[in-house]
Amino acid sequence: MAEETKREHTWGPRADNVLIGKDIQRIDAADKSSGRAKYSADINTPGTLYARLLTSNQAHAKIKKLNVDPATQVEGVRAVYVFPTAYDIETGESKELRWDGAPIVAVAADRPEIAADGVRAIEIEYEPLPFFVDEEDIEGAKKAEEETGIKRLKSLGDNKKGDVAAAISDAVVVHKGYYGVHTISHMCLEPHGSHCEWQGDDKLEVHLSTQNVSGTPGQFSGALGLDETAVHVQSDYEGGGFGSKFAADEWGIACAELAKAAGKPVRLMLDRATDLKIAGTRPSGFIEVTIAADSEGNIVAWDSDHWGTNGTGGGTVRLSGIPYVFDFANRNRKATGLVCNTGPNRAWRAPPHPQLCAMTQTAMDDLAAKMGMDSYDLFMKNLNQVSKGLADRADVYRDQMKIAAEMIDWKAKWHPHGKGGGNGPVKRGLGLALHTWGGGAGPCSCLLKVHRDGSVETFLGSQDIGTGTRTVIAIVMAETFGLNLDQVKVNLGSSKYPKSGASGGSITVGGVSSAHRRAAQDALWQIFDLVAKKFNVPADALAARGGKIVSGGQEVCTWQQATALIGPMPLEVQGVNGRGTKDGLTSSTVGGVQMADVSVNTEDGTIRINDFVCVQDCGLIIDELTARSQVYGGMIMGISYALMEERIMDNHTGRYLNANLEDYKVPRIGDIGNLQVKMYQPASEYNRGVVGLGEPPVISPGAAISNAVANATGVRVPVLPLTPQRVLDALQKGGAA
Amino acid sequence: MRDREHSSGRGSGLSRRAFLQGSGAAVAATAVATQATEAVAEAKKPSRLKSSKAQKVVLTVNGKEHTLMLEPRVTLLDALRNDLNLTGAKDVGVSSNDGADTVIIDGKAVAAGTRLAFAEQGKNITTVEGLSEGKNVDEVITAFVKHDATQCGYCTPGFVVAVRAFLNKNPGANLEQIRKGLGGNICRCGTYAGVTAAALELCQKGGA
Repeated sequence: MAEETKREHTWGPRADNVLIGKDIQRIDAADKSSGRAKYSADINTPGTLYARLLTSNQAHAKIKKLNVDPATQVEGVRAVYVFPTAYDIETGESKELRWDGAPIVAVAADRPEIAADGVRAIEIEYEPLPFFVDEEDIEGAKKAEEETGIKRLKSLGDNKKGDVAAAISDAVVVHKGYYGVHTISHMCLEPHGSHCEWQGDDKLEVHLSTQNVSGTPGQFSGALGLDETAVHVQSDYEGGGFGSKFAADEWGIACAELAKAAGKPVRLMLDRATDLKIAGTRPSGFIEVTIAADSEGNIVAWDSDHWGTNGTGGGTVRLSGIPYVFDFANRNRKATGLVCNTGPNRAWRAPPHPQLCAMTQTAMDDLAAKMGMDSYDLFMKNLNQVSKGLADRADVYRDQMKIAAEMIDWKAKWHPHGKGGGNGPVKRGLGLALHTWGGGAGPCSCLLKVHRDGSVETFLGSQDIGTGTRTVIAIVMAETFGLNLDQVKVNLGSSKYPKSGASGGSITVGGVSSAHRRAAQDALWQIFDLVAKKFNVPADALAARGGKIVSGGQEVCTWQQATALIGPMPLEVQGVNGRGTKDGLTSSTVGGVQMADVSVNTEDGTIRINDFVCVQDCGLIIDELTARSQVYGGMIMGISYALMEERIMDNHTGRYLNANLEDYKVPRIGDIGNLQVKMYQPASEYNRGVVGLGEPPVISPGAAISNAVANATGVRVPVLPLTPQRVLDALQKGGAA
Repeated sequence: MRDREHSSGRGSGLSRRAFLQGSGAAVAATAVATQATEAVAEAKKPSRLKSSKAQKVVLTVNGKEHTLMLEPRVTLLDALRNDLNLTGAKDVGVSSNDGADTVIIDGKAVAAGTRLAFAEQGKNITTVEGLSEGKNVDEVITAFVKHDATQCGYCTPGFVVAVRAFLNKNPGANLEQIRKGLGGNICRCGTYAGVTAAALELCQKGGA
């Protein structure tokens, strides 16, 4: 390498890209679409047993009696495991079961039906304890705490800025409102679980449905008393995670224990009801807000008090995120967590931004309505009051607002709330919301190999959870080396490979793309040096394009001729991205705007999405096709919690009433309307480098759709999801029915 | 009951051993292993639950006949996945209307988890594996790849089969018909836009 050559890791000029930023088909799409892709739930090594669970049917209880012997006597049952979190079988001491669905016993058998027989044969008696599950009822929680002495409320503090009282008394318009978002469950289609197989007594092979390949072996080994080297976690494909699959989980340990006891491999995937109950929920939030503006629509005060639950932890939507995206000079906020006997929370795509957004931007929309002002104008006007850290994104939001408004024809279609006209029962309206997310690049190590025959491969302990990780890595390597996608191979999903961060928080694409860009550029520069020496050309004039090494537009040699110079052993380069690496390949903080056009049937309370648009930035886009898919997916998940999806608890029994796929409603293909996605990518975005995208598009739909319903009907349906019953209740209360 | 030894017939019988030492905060637990053979179980006092014996079941899947020994209560989905290792049809943990387990039986899209294997004998069962044998890749798969109709991919094989069955009956369907006709499949990642585009393109080509 010539002394004067400055070799810095950078992305190439945008116009030179052959693959980066184009619509590139997912490299594993054919395997997934044809059924060849094997998920943990599909692993069928010879002799595999199937496990079923006995779970608590009580919201809060102790076990008075547990007899698992009858299960062991069922023909075909091979092993029984009692969860130590439920019951100590040595001492007969019961632990506290604190929510419906808590696992108690796992049974492994030759066939799933036989395992279920085993579960049914178990004798169990409970000693019920007082419970509380009504997450919206803060007064009821107070009462329950007084009656039972069991703590039901936790103050999560308050926080004051400016002089809210004075600002409200000086304001021209003051709006008081109540809003909320119910708890929803994770509902990954592949249930949580694993396939565990021992090799001897001290080697464990785990196929785990996980977002955390590199981080989970230690969770197994710790719980099982093994060396961490004894556990290998594999996850070639993973059927959805969304923040709920970072852990080995107690049922993963149970699977390993059953496999050891039976001397056979065991597959333990949670049944759907248990998965909905215990494998992760998104906390609820309910808020009372006073919001005030001057005569121009500048918001001058915000005063809020919110509560909700994350289960027995007594948390709710975090205080510091209120209000969302915006912040105001005079602002008070306060939060209280409810301790409910409900399944625990887990990170749920963009935690807790969807709730923050719905709890903030609905109130802003109602304020605009009260002023007779177009919400678009009020949001625009207040973009000079964005929260800390977003000041330099305000112009981007303005730009995105304009683009989204054109896409949905906002100015032509908008009408004051409830004034859309028409004599029929179906009312149409528009709503908008905007969001932010960090998405800085996560940690990643990879081992990239260039073989002398020109083939290229990489190894990393990351995972592709449906976000296109494999494809993004292949694009970066192929682009850097001037190769076709089929000339590079991506090996991920094994804990034997160099460690890579868990896929959560929209950090994966930044982490893996930057680590691979660095590794590939480092490898390429070494190859350039070999070529320069061999062909007597300056190394710093070389470039790799179209399967050739070129200099000033002239071919120097083919890629294979260049890699033949490597020698008999492959060229190995490690690529790294640290959490804080800042060399311009990646950055953080994205924004997006969503606008919805809905129709509300005021007779039956049903809502239809007509059009729903999103304008979203994420810096430099590696694959526009999969990027758009992420945004579509976020919007659809958003439609789900906006209109249909919620956990319904029974206050009388403390049980989860709709823990099945008929009653746990999510949208079908006909429920989503016409979606339009615009990736916002001026040169300024490309120049920022890569930023994550998975979380942001799921944030705005709750507020945007709720605002559109309010615009259509003139009545706010305060709490998500906007089920027909809630719509009808709100219409009746609002006098518009 | 924790100290009671199992009575074991013929010496093989049941053993119980505590094997989880746990670590850190983990509390010791016990697992119970059994190597009960059929003979042992026969000799024992009968379990409270006992199903019909396994019987011969012949399934015709993707044009091939398979003979299995299955209890009558075994679902077609479990037989395909666990006995034939045809895991394209997915198990979501409940027999339901989620569509991930869609197969085609005598031309009709069916949720394999809602059918009993023995009742599907003598019928032509097509699974997603039957749509890409050798170089014959169904155009639905090609269209799914093109339109990125897959994310995590767990629902995808079921959706592919559902689209194939739908196109066979509705080769020239319009957008509204597609939206109604493919309502049997859930996708959690939200690939509906891609699936719709794939199905629409195929319908515009006459159902290919």
